Amino acid sequence: MSMVELTFLMLSGVAVFSALLAVSTTQVVHAALWLVLTLGAIAGCYLLIGAEFIAWVQVLIYIGAVVVLLLFALMLTRAPTGPDSATTTSNRNVAAAVSVLVAGGLAAIMVSGFAGERLAPPRGGVGSAASIGDAIFGTWVLPFEILSLVLLAALVGAIVLTRRGPERDNGAPGDVPERAQH
Amino acid sequence: MNGLFGTESWWVVIAKAVLIFLILVIYTLFNIWFERRVVAKMQHRIGPNVHGPFGLLQSLADGVKLALKEDIVPTAADKVVYVLAPILATIPAFMAWAVIPFGPEVRIPFTDTVTPLQLTDLPVGVLYILAVTSIGIYGIVLAGWSSGSTYALLGGMRSSAQMISYEVAMGLAFVSVFMYAGSMSTADIVAAQAEDMWFALPLLPSFVIYLIAMVGETNRAPFDLPEAEGELVGGFHTEYSSLKFALFFLAEYVNMVTVSALATTLFLGGWRAPWPISLWDGANSGYWPVLWFLGKTLIFIFVFVWLRGTLPRMRYDQFMKFGWKVLIPAALLWTMAVAVVRRIRLDGGMDQQTVLIVGGIAVTLLLVIAFIPERKQPADDEEPAETDAFAGGYPVPPMPGHQETRPDA
Repeated sequence: MSMVELTFLMLSGVAVFSALLAVSTTQVVHAALWLVLTLGAIAGCYLLIGAEFIAWVQVLIYIGAVVVLLLFALMLTRAPTGPDSATTTSNRNVAAAVSVLVAGGLAAIMVSGFAGERLAPPRGGVGSAASIGDAIFGTWVLPFEILSLVLLAALVGAIVLTRRGPERDNGAPGDVPERAQH
Repeated sequence: MNGLFGTESWWVVIAKAVLIFLILVIYTLFNIWFERRVVAKMQHRIGPNVHGPFGLLQSLADGVKLALKEDIVPTAADKVVYVLAPILATIPAFMAWAVIPFGPEVRIPFTDTVTPLQLTDLPVGVLYILAVTSIGIYGIVLAGWSSGSTYALLGGMRSSAQMISYEVAMGLAFVSVFMYAGSMSTADIVAAQAEDMWFALPLLPSFVIYLIAMVGETNRAPFDLPEAEGELVGGFHTEYSSLKFALFFLAEYVNMVTVSALATTLFLGGWRAPWPISLWDGANSGYWPVLWFLGKTLIFIFVFVWLRGTLPRMRYDQFMKFGWKVLIPAALLWTMAVAVVRRIRLDGGMDQQTVLIVGGIAVTLLLVIAFIPERKQPADDEEPAETDAFAGGYPVPPMPGHQETRPDA
């Protein structure tokens, strides 16, 4: 087993371990921090297979923006962030089943696509910004555009959620959300 | 990219890493002194002048004082995260310096080894800097949350919103530089400016947007809302003391130098000598470029200090409005314009004059649009109400449009 493969295995171990802690910890902020560790370990895996551009974009977007926004939302909404703040919902069994199914599907795709592949030291140009740009805006331009539509839908949804007109809740526009009052 | 990266012997790499660390720490001590002296000059004071020549050792004395203070951990604090936060703020600030080029290839004294004055170079170097500096936000956000204090929490919250907002404008300002240089590697960008010209000239709007965004990113005046003393005591570091507080201090100043160095590298020709000096043949070889580089960086530090000495702190809503409604749309428009012009010129479809004429027409149109007044919103109440300034028992300034009544008038 080469050094690269050993490091890759260790990083994946860290990713899986911290992902498990992220869903099982009893404190919401700690869960977000374990999520950061998971995403960071995955970025390390990307680096090891030579996808330098993807790795740093992963750090920039997921660690530097998405989880920070998540923490921001936690603090802004005055949701409880103290001990025992991460309560489990009654949907946990369904959620567990769905996540096992998704994991199984992804694993099947990985095995059918990359079974028997060996990790070699990264070759130049494979994961460079130029090759990824060519791939996204050449071969995969349609999925890329559809993804941007998904983002647009999320944006519209966020606007609908924040604009609470009088016909929706019979309250003044600047009313405090109910959850924040207690 | 230089072929030497990745093949250097281990002692060269370690020596360069230690040197970068030392330069940054000493530069921080110098900057604290520099800031205090310059602000003092602007306010007709003298500033620190007792310890060492010109008071240069004042920051060192303050550092030792901080280190010897009692280290307090509040009872309400989340202990692990409370200790982790200053570390998370400091380490990324130093990490960004791995790809900043200080100078060309030089011979290490007393040996035959030739090495570039840069720790390493990545094909996506600038992206790497953006990524690691964005990790530094965690230090501030978590410091605010884990202190168990409302002031600190508000500071951490402001900081996270502020940094995310201004990072977008910052990233957009970089895009046009990438398009001009054709690379994201810091060394390549410096080389591209040697062939062309300093990118601050053709990409002036990008440069201005970056300058504004970098002040927002580093939480400095007039954008120092996360630690607004007047409202939040000390903001995110209210509950911190001793060396933990010193680490936040260090991180802030190192970040200041980092964004200044990035501005130098991307817009002001990096380590290459400025015009009158560049007439001298030896200006861009040997160890001289380090001097030019640090000099250009110091200019940005001076701008930081100048802003702090001149401008009052912005209100939070003004700050956010400015970031999202002015800075980001302007950066988007400018990036589009650069992309279009760059493409046309690379295809050889337009000469310099046509570009200038079209650009002039576009700027005029934009200005005309900007001067069309917005439709006035119907006012809620017709006559401006009167405010009794002393109704609550203490003086309150009147709301806009309200008439102030003086009890003694």
